Amino acid sequence: MSLSILFLAAFAASAVEMVEALTIVLAVGLTRGWRSPLIGTAAAFVALAGIVGALGPALTLVPIGMLRLAVGGLLLVFGLQWLRKAILRASGFKALHDEDEIFARERETARLAGTEKHAGLDWFAFTLSFKGVFLEGLEVAFIVVSFGSTKGGVPVAAAAAGVALVLVAITGAVVRGPLSRVPENALKFAVGTMLTTFGTFWGAEGAGVSWPGSDAALLGVLAFVAVVSLVLVHVLRRVHGAALGATT
Amino acid sequence: MSYVVRFGRFWWDFVVGDDWLVAVGAVAGLGGTAALVHYDVTVWWLMPLVVVALLALSLRRAIR
Repeated sequence: MSLSILFLAAFAASAVEMVEALTIVLAVGLTRGWRSPLIGTAAAFVALAGIVGALGPALTLVPIGMLRLAVGGLLLVFGLQWLRKAILRASGFKALHDEDEIFARERETARLAGTEKHAGLDWFAFTLSFKGVFLEGLEVAFIVVSFGSTKGGVPVAAAAAGVALVLVAITGAVVRGPLSRVPENALKFAVGTMLTTFGTFWGAEGAGVSWPGSDAALLGVLAFVAVVSLVLVHVLRRVHGAALGATT
Repeated sequence: MSYVVRFGRFWWDFVVGDDWLVAVGAVAGLGGTAALVHYDVTVWWLMPLVVVALLALSLRRAIR
């Protein structure tokens, strides 16, 4: 059961981050040609795979209690940040992520940048694509590695991230434009809820807590975090509406 | 800005994010949970409450 939720969390997190990375790579590729951005993208994936490949096995050497405490804390902080942003966006306090706008901005930047060659590569296109994919993927890499605190977690999470990557890449190749119709905020809300749930559950277990109902408590925590977050969206929407009403 | 400062700032932004209170609160919550478990207190309920408190506080700070 926890592996299914873990698969969903890794899939959704990876899908969201890869949609954002795709926007950058597409903007660069369509403006400056494909060779350098594709090599930059491949280099970023090799670096990310290296991080997962190096840290994943290393974590098996850490005692499980300590690992769950550290990993739980990290996931909790990541999850709360995702959830916080998603709630602010859903309630109108923060602008929704606009892939079309980012795409247009990145294309303009790519168009205006000078041409500098290193190792036969358009250096701007290479570095922008590398940074875009690496930075967007880094959090996913950490999430995948941190899921190693449950048995079989890393392969399941890595597979989920891989499936998301392939789906986003194929869709991007077909559409040849930013995937602006992907419901990014809803996905971020779901990812934030799941990461916060895993972080709360594993962090508390690592601190020595015995959950009532053992692993089944994960579903209870998930439902609790989801309900609290939805209530907060509702409350903040009213606050935002009242603030708008007061200014008009 | 030196490389070390930029490197440190990158990791601070990456882990801590927009609101340091969330990171500090999560660590304090887990520390408090561990301390109470040490004294045989049943505290499975504490971290879910910490999550609610941190979310509410952080959102309040964000919309002020």
